Amino acid sequence: MGDFIKRNLDGDGVDRRGFLKCMAWAGTGAFCVIQGGVLKSFSMSDMARMSKSDKANMKGELSFVQISDSHIGFDKPANPDVTATLREAIAKINALPEPPAFILHTGDLSHLSKASEFDTLDQALKSLRTDKIFYVPGEHDVLNDNGQQFHERFGKDSKGDGWYSFDQKGTHFIGLVNVMNLKAGGLGSLGHDQLEWIEDDVKNLKASTPIVVFAHIPLWSVYPQWGWGTDDSEQALGYLKRFGSVTVLNGHIHQTMQKVEGNVVFHTAMSTAFPQPQPGTAPSPGPMKVPAEKLRSVLGITNVNFVRGKHTLAVVDSPLDGPSVTSQFHLGQPDFDSAMAGS
Amino acid sequence: MKKTAIKFVMCAGLLGAAAWGATSHARYSVSAAAAENGATQVKIDNFSFEPKEITVSAGTQVTWVNADDVPHTVVSNDNKFKSKALDTDDRFSFTFAQPGTYEYFCSVHPKMTARVIVK
Repeated sequence: MGDFIKRNLDGDGVDRRGFLKCMAWAGTGAFCVIQGGVLKSFSMSDMARMSKSDKANMKGELSFVQISDSHIGFDKPANPDVTATLREAIAKINALPEPPAFILHTGDLSHLSKASEFDTLDQALKSLRTDKIFYVPGEHDVLNDNGQQFHERFGKDSKGDGWYSFDQKGTHFIGLVNVMNLKAGGLGSLGHDQLEWIEDDVKNLKASTPIVVFAHIPLWSVYPQWGWGTDDSEQALGYLKRFGSVTVLNGHIHQTMQKVEGNVVFHTAMSTAFPQPQPGTAPSPGPMKVPAEKLRSVLGITNVNFVRGKHTLAVVDSPLDGPSVTSQFHLGQPDFDSAMAGS
Repeated sequence: MKKTAIKFVMCAGLLGAAAWGATSHARYSVSAAAAENGATQVKIDNFSFEPKEITVSAGTQVTWVNADDVPHTVVSNDNKFKSKALDTDDRFSFTFAQPGTYEYFCSVHPKMTARVIVK
């Protein structure tokens, strides 16, 4: 349990040391537990060493898994067989002690938006032991056809360019699209229509409702020089300010990073296909080739566990091979529900 | 005059390769040079258009070639031209008939911006 990263979110809520520690683990998979607004992340190896009571403490009311950036169709040296590593990620999910309620795929299912790539992904994910998979598109899924194919296959029940929301065990999930209609010189974009929809979508929710937002490109400014951010994310997050627990899950940057800002926990997942360099450490954010024996230590999955009553959110980033990392977040406001209810 | 221009571009290309410190880029170092037939090539590499600004005479065909491991597009800011997604080594060409300044970007990675000036 020594590898646990614990945070007390007082003041500005940012634990720099914890953040840096997470940065050091960049590229590992995650298992996330949300317990009433606290984010916790556990490494898979930690979990294997855990006692029964530890596991009981960790067990959340709602557990789900995020996978991202499968890039089916990519065949360059950074990973010539991305379907194989996706299958390994699926096996990892199927081996979890607690089956996830559902899976979130945060985009870049395909590399080139080809029908055959979507077919391969679809077939592979059929072996997941889960009831439901929710998708949002990455920029690689909407090439050439403005996302039409993705929309028809993976976003049938969505609105606008593919956004939607749903509720699971008292938690409100919002899937956003920030890879369409991008402007020259800009970052990811949600756009006017989607922003209006978000405002409307959450306006009747109690402030005590835990919110999970998922989208492909980070909704925080990770590294704008590489386009790792979303131009109008602040406006979207503005509509969520009154909520006691907001968790933002993204992909796109092919490495784990997290940040806490007030009641908002931001987290990015590893890719199942290939790693990308840490911000500013390479001439470009292109696929990073690592020694073959290292590849599976920088690809992986993220598991989120949410225990509402205890205000805890845990996120576990688990690489395909190697130790996982757990992050746990506490709001530090135990009376939050009663104080904020109905506001 | 033309010879000087080619030399300059070659020099810039080599400097660029040295700056990235990667030998694999050296083979592209002269690709931005204007060829004798008036055609011009822009290399897409490391998430940037190289050169970022080129000046050509009206009627010149410009060809973009993607040297990256990820797809990019070449899209005019005001919809005057637009490529499909270019996979590695894919090309896109456009002939600039009218003088003017043509700003363009990669619609997949919009931080990638560049321009073609047609005299």
